[in-house]
Amino acid sequence: MAETAESDLKHTPLDAWHVAQGARMVPFAGYSMPVQYKDGILTEHLWTRAHAGLFDVSHMGQCFVHSDSWEKTAAALEALVPADILNLKPGQQRYSQLLAPDGGILDDLMITRSAYEGHEGWAYLVVNAGCKDADYAHIAGHLPAGVSLRLEADLALIALQGPEAVEVIATMVPAIRTVPFMTYHAAQLDGVWLQISRSGYTGEDGVEISIPARDVVAFCDRLLQDPRVRPIGLGARDSLRLEAGLCLYGHDIDTTTSPVEADLKWSIQKRRREQGGFPGAERIRRELAGGPSRLRVGLLPEGRQPAREGAEIMAEGRRIGVVTSGGFGPSVNGPVAMGYVEAAFAKPGTPVSLIVRGKELPARIAPMPFVPHRYFR
Amino acid sequence: MTTYYTKDHEYVRVEGDTGIVGITDYAQSQLGDVVFVELPEVGKAVKAGGEAAVVESVKAASDVYAPVSGEVVAVNDGLPDSPATINEDPEGQGWFMKIRLADKGELAGLMDEAAYKAMIGA
Repeated sequence: MAETAESDLKHTPLDAWHVAQGARMVPFAGYSMPVQYKDGILTEHLWTRAHAGLFDVSHMGQCFVHSDSWEKTAAALEALVPADILNLKPGQQRYSQLLAPDGGILDDLMITRSAYEGHEGWAYLVVNAGCKDADYAHIAGHLPAGVSLRLEADLALIALQGPEAVEVIATMVPAIRTVPFMTYHAAQLDGVWLQISRSGYTGEDGVEISIPARDVVAFCDRLLQDPRVRPIGLGARDSLRLEAGLCLYGHDIDTTTSPVEADLKWSIQKRRREQGGFPGAERIRRELAGGPSRLRVGLLPEGRQPAREGAEIMAEGRRIGVVTSGGFGPSVNGPVAMGYVEAAFAKPGTPVSLIVRGKELPARIAPMPFVPHRYFR
Repeated sequence: MTTYYTKDHEYVRVEGDTGIVGITDYAQSQLGDVVFVELPEVGKAVKAGGEAAVVESVKAASDVYAPVSGEVVAVNDGLPDSPATINEDPEGQGWFMKIRLADKGELAGLMDEAAYKAMIGA
């Protein structure tokens, strides 16, 4: 990705706060974002797995799709994504993908059904920063009459992740303790509305909180007063999600990959598999029935040397795939990677080799996640 | 003994006809937590500016270039098992290799401490 000139970069409402916390800022998806703070990526990663890590994800796109009924809104969304949206309960959240007509992935996103009285026809969407303008145009261009897209530019989004994250939030919002994974809970704290979802991108228990931009600095300061909380940058966010086996858009999934190839078929519920009615349904149902020709898999290189994105995957003397994300897993204490291989080689334990700096590095296909998920269900 | 620096942030500390080579404190701070290091074999001939070692942090892989030409006469054997030493003490315990200098004249093309500090803005 070409680097954006400093002057063209966008800033989140926490920009000055990051600098005050000692962040090293880098360009990411058109924003100036913290890649790490003073502790460094390794320490920040391990802190999140042990305590509570605070992430600024305000660069992501927050928007609403709404109409006068849930059925109408759900039908409009189901024309764009393969997940079952209609059967979401109020406050329930689901992971899905915006699909191109050929079944390729335009973006991945979270969709939540509103639990508010008077907002029965509202869905809240969170999309990737780098895709959001294209996503909004795509969504707006495909909504039927009576269903609208509303952008929310004045909302910040933060995540608090790790085994102590929910207890930290519970000191302010005790009800969060019993809110299950992938569910929303709204709370008012000192006059500020917090939209809290029990979700995240680390494999740990935790929350993501949507909060008005003008209130986010004070809220983060308050969180940081808790000794269990430290700020965490994009570097550790990447190593945490990689260990958790979660896809990064533009790397592990893109317009050339289908959700089935990406091993995301769990995110396509039964009714949608049977009925179709989403972009690329023909290809996706064919891949569900007969298996895809290639599959996203985990890879564990032998030894200590990481294999990075772009490394070729070899078996039987030929190229069978490519690494799409790879690096060092601080909790695994060794290198971890994911990539796509021909389906015949996707079984865990299959020996392969990875071309790293011109040399063959032995590795094995491995089940993901590399670190067990600790979601609260 | 005098220490010389390259624009790629390697140092060579010259003792007699041998140079102790590693990466600078500035380099390790930019790289972040080092998780892997690959050292050359003893006896390997390296050229000034040529690849001599590999160092990888959580985030990225980097080549380490030989500041001077010569033969690798020793490597820091303990380093691959404790790569964090490069972060903790880059210009001491975190040295990479010793090179027997083929041409001391090459040193004139490197920076001294004052020039290196000026370059990194220290």
